[in-house]
Amino acid sequence: MSELVKVQVTVNGTRYEHTVEPRMLLVDFIRHELGLTGTHVGCEHGVCGTCTILLDGKPVRSCLLFAPQANGHEIRTIEGLGTMDNLHPIQEAFREAHGLQCGFCTPGVIMSVLPFVEQNANPTEEEVREALDGNLCRCTGYQNIVQAVQLASEMVASRKAEAR
Amino acid sequence: MKPAPFDYYAPASVDEALDILSEKGYDIKVLAGGQSLVPSMNFRLAQPPALLDLNNIPDLAYIKPAPDGGVVIGAMTRDSDVEHNPMVAERFPVILQAMPFIAHPQIRNRGTFGGAIAHADPAGHLPAVTLALNARYHIRSKNGDRWVGCDEFFLGPFTTAMEPDELLVEVEIPALPARTGTSYHQMARQAGAQALVGVAAVVTLDPGERVAAARIALLSVGETPVLAGRAAASLAGKLLTPETIEAAAEAAATVDTDPGGDIHCSPEYRRHLIRVLVAKSLEEAGERARGKRG
Repeated sequence: MSELVKVQVTVNGTRYEHTVEPRMLLVDFIRHELGLTGTHVGCEHGVCGTCTILLDGKPVRSCLLFAPQANGHEIRTIEGLGTMDNLHPIQEAFREAHGLQCGFCTPGVIMSVLPFVEQNANPTEEEVREALDGNLCRCTGYQNIVQAVQLASEMVASRKAEAR
Repeated sequence: MKPAPFDYYAPASVDEALDILSEKGYDIKVLAGGQSLVPSMNFRLAQPPALLDLNNIPDLAYIKPAPDGGVVIGAMTRDSDVEHNPMVAERFPVILQAMPFIAHPQIRNRGTFGGAIAHADPAGHLPAVTLALNARYHIRSKNGDRWVGCDEFFLGPFTTAMEPDELLVEVEIPALPARTGTSYHQMARQAGAQALVGVAAVVTLDPGERVAAARIALLSVGETPVLAGRAAASLAGKLLTPETIEAAAEAAATVDTDPGGDIHCSPEYRRHLIRVLVAKSLEEAGERARGKRG
């Protein structure tokens, strides 16, 4: 067995320190070490997108990073968005537009498009489909996901306007 | 599905990285963005005994103007940072045209410009794009440094002119001459999937609109990115017309390449794609060259 490595990481605003084998994938670290099981494991080779998280604010595949590579970095997962009583607008939009069926791909879809939604108030369908091209969904046929992302963009923009 | 155990090194400087490389040689694998290496480790197709992670070396991530109008890109610059860089967009639009075809946004947030070149996947977009742009690669080892031109760099599938103790540190892309146009086209089965064929074309016209120089690089058609030399030579001194373009595309598909087939694509279909995509790229690059001042 290779030497254990210390990993210090901030996830959804909470600091964690764990000692792990270097080969531990970041997604397994998030799920098994931190107990945050909202991030899902799908293909484990970077194709399906369900393990997508934000690393320093950018969507990446957590199955294509080793846990020690997150040392000193900031992570945001689906648990860092809304709560059951107070959904994040993107979660509200997915509920409203029925942007999911079984829900397996949903955490990855939402984390993938979160920065996109925050930066694009009124995206075209084509832009949304491009932003979604790294996430597979086997239930919906994508139609409602596209609509949910468009609705989310509007909702985030209007909340920003209200806050001003 | 878990990778085999490995020793993990994450130095904070290039010098430290070169020391480790020189000590370990063939027993260590460089980890750049990891978007190709980690999947193959997850499948245990690759089981390196040790990894040299370059992600803690901020000095390797930069995009700098070269004095002559070119650009120098640090090996650890993320693809998405290249994709959104205004200077790259202005000087080398062909790089931007190719970027959306590199897997997905999440992959480009992590994958690196230098990693793609050092990985030397014959189906990789950036090896072919930098080949068309006549780039050269800056390589360092503990014993010194050297530059290798793109024509000598790619030796075979996933095989380059680099020795095991050497590290790719930056890529230099020379300025394009006046009246130069570029174009990128590819065909894949679905968005983000491996290209069945891709073409990067760089065409320079003389004041009379005859071809002064052309570089046409193809991917997914052989064991390395392939420069279609005969196709380019067939255009020398000629106007770009449907006839000269068709002849060049035919040369690219029959003389410059001998593509194989696989589960996704027969050799005949691949040749068809080479013809169509080379013609399309030449036509577009020519139009863009004519549209430029000077």
